[in-house]
Amino acid sequence: MIEVKDIHKSFGDTNVLKGITATFKKGKTNLIIGQSGSGKTVFLKCLLGLFSPEEGSIAYDGRDYAKLSGDERRDLRQEMGMVFQGSALFDSMTVEGNVMFPLDMFTKKSKSEKQERVDFVLKRVNLLEARDRFPSQISGGMQKRVAIARAIVMNPKYLFCDEPNSGLDPKTATLIDNLIQEITEEYDITTVINTHDMNSVMEIGEKIIFLKDGLKEWEGTKNEIFKTDNKAVTGFVYSSELFEKVRKMYVEERN
Amino acid sequence: MSYLTSIGSYAIMIKEVFKKPVKWRIMKSLILKEIDELMYGSLGIVIFISFFIGAVVTIQTAINLTNPIIPKNLIGFTARQSIILEFSPTFVSIIMAGKVGSYITSSIGTMRVTEQIDALEVMGVNALNYLVFPKIVAMLFYPFVIAISMFVGIVGGWIAGVFGGFLTNAEFSEGLQIDFKPFQVVYAFIKTLVFAWILATVPSFHGFYMKGGALEVGKASTTSFVWTSVLIVVMNYLLTQLLLN
Ligand SMILES: Nc1ncnc2c1ncn2[C@@H]1O[C@H](COP(=O)(O)OP(=O)(O)OP(=O)(O)O)[C@@H](O)[C@H]1O
Ligand SMILES: [Mg+2]
Repeated sequence: MIEVKDIHKSFGDTNVLKGITATFKKGKTNLIIGQSGSGKTVFLKCLLGLFSPEEGSIAYDGRDYAKLSGDERRDLRQEMGMVFQGSALFDSMTVEGNVMFPLDMFTKKSKSEKQERVDFVLKRVNLLEARDRFPSQISGGMQKRVAIARAIVMNPKYLFCDEPNSGLDPKTATLIDNLIQEITEEYDITTVINTHDMNSVMEIGEKIIFLKDGLKEWEGTKNEIFKTDNKAVTGFVYSSELFEKVRKMYVEERN
Repeated sequence: MSYLTSIGSYAIMIKEVFKKPVKWRIMKSLILKEIDELMYGSLGIVIFISFFIGAVVTIQTAINLTNPIIPKNLIGFTARQSIILEFSPTFVSIIMAGKVGSYITSSIGTMRVTEQIDALEVMGVNALNYLVFPKIVAMLFYPFVIAISMFVGIVGGWIAGVFGGFLTNAEFSEGLQIDFKPFQVVYAFIKTLVFAWILATVPSFHGFYMKGGALEVGKASTTSFVWTSVLIVVMNYLLTQLLLN
């Protein structure tokens, strides 16, 4: 569980996060949604410890990040996995090399133990056959799966994904979403996902936080988001014409 | 002000490079890869350029020393001095700023814009140590490259001089030995080491702290080349003033 209390983050004169409080539960896919520029990435980077908020606190299962020593922070970092918006795979390494990397860096496991673990996660994301290829030689959807494999290879307690399905076709996007949700449940991970994809919201929105101008505007589940009267939320949800049409049909049917 | 900020961030970067090192087993392979890429990979161009510049320096000197009172061996002497003191350490370093420097800036810069550096940091890897330290160590072999350049440059001069009919073999080798001051060689290699440091760290700095996308990677490489060359030229002046005066 991650508890965020009233965090503020600014860059120079621009206040990006203006006091956000939220709780993210274990084994659940938590979604952060909001328009481009609303501060989703900055928020996620605060959760990752890449940015330190000027005010407020973030606690990981009771461990307040600001109060941890350097070593404790490093240990905590190794409990986190991150899937970056652009996958961020290491170009110079094969698929297998990318997934092996954290194990090589941080564990004292034997070669065969590491190999076993890599095989296991590659199998989990269905990529065993691509193991010897380089990131430039596989599709965007496969790159995302490699990024997920790399993020979970160390058995993280916390998984963060920044727009994990941007730039993918709807079918592949759904596949990635479902994969993340399954993994979250299977390994009881606290997962936080940034997205502006309404499909993801409908697929895996067990808990949704809507950010607007650096503030938490709304919070709820995927069932609640279609019923809310909050103008900002409906404006966002129905900004896609398809959804607007679906809503009209739904309203007409009801009448 | 922004220059001061850059100098400050550069100093902080250097401090970070030596902190929290990654496992030696991994570092070793990174260093070997950089030696292969930065040093071994540059030998071809360095040898090619050194040979021809050595030849041209010799021909130019020969053509300009027309006064019969001046002994011919002065041609060999001038070739030796210009190659060892300036051409190999300084001129080759500026070529390396183009070759090695832009390679370093663009490879680190690409990792920055594609969030690979963030990925390293999220995992808890000291990205500066991981990326820059092996390059600094690889550049410790730079004096060997420059030694090869000096040798090849002089061979180029010898071939052009002797086979071009400007002077005899004996005159050239006599010229090479006239008024030889060992400290000048020490001076040349001190310069080389300083340039090696600049070549490894300045392009890394420009790549590591860049912002933006693919277009900016290209711009960063150009800026990095300009700054690396400027620093080499300025340090060359300062070191010459300091060491040879
Ligand atoms: N390192 C930074 N320095 C200065 N300003 C920043 C920095 N990172 C983000 N910002 C600013 O913070 C604001 C929020 O950015 P952020 O990247 O979090 O948006 P986002 O919600 O993730 O948008 P998108 O959906 O487009 O990814 C933007 O106005 C951006 O300019
Ligand atoms: Mg973003």
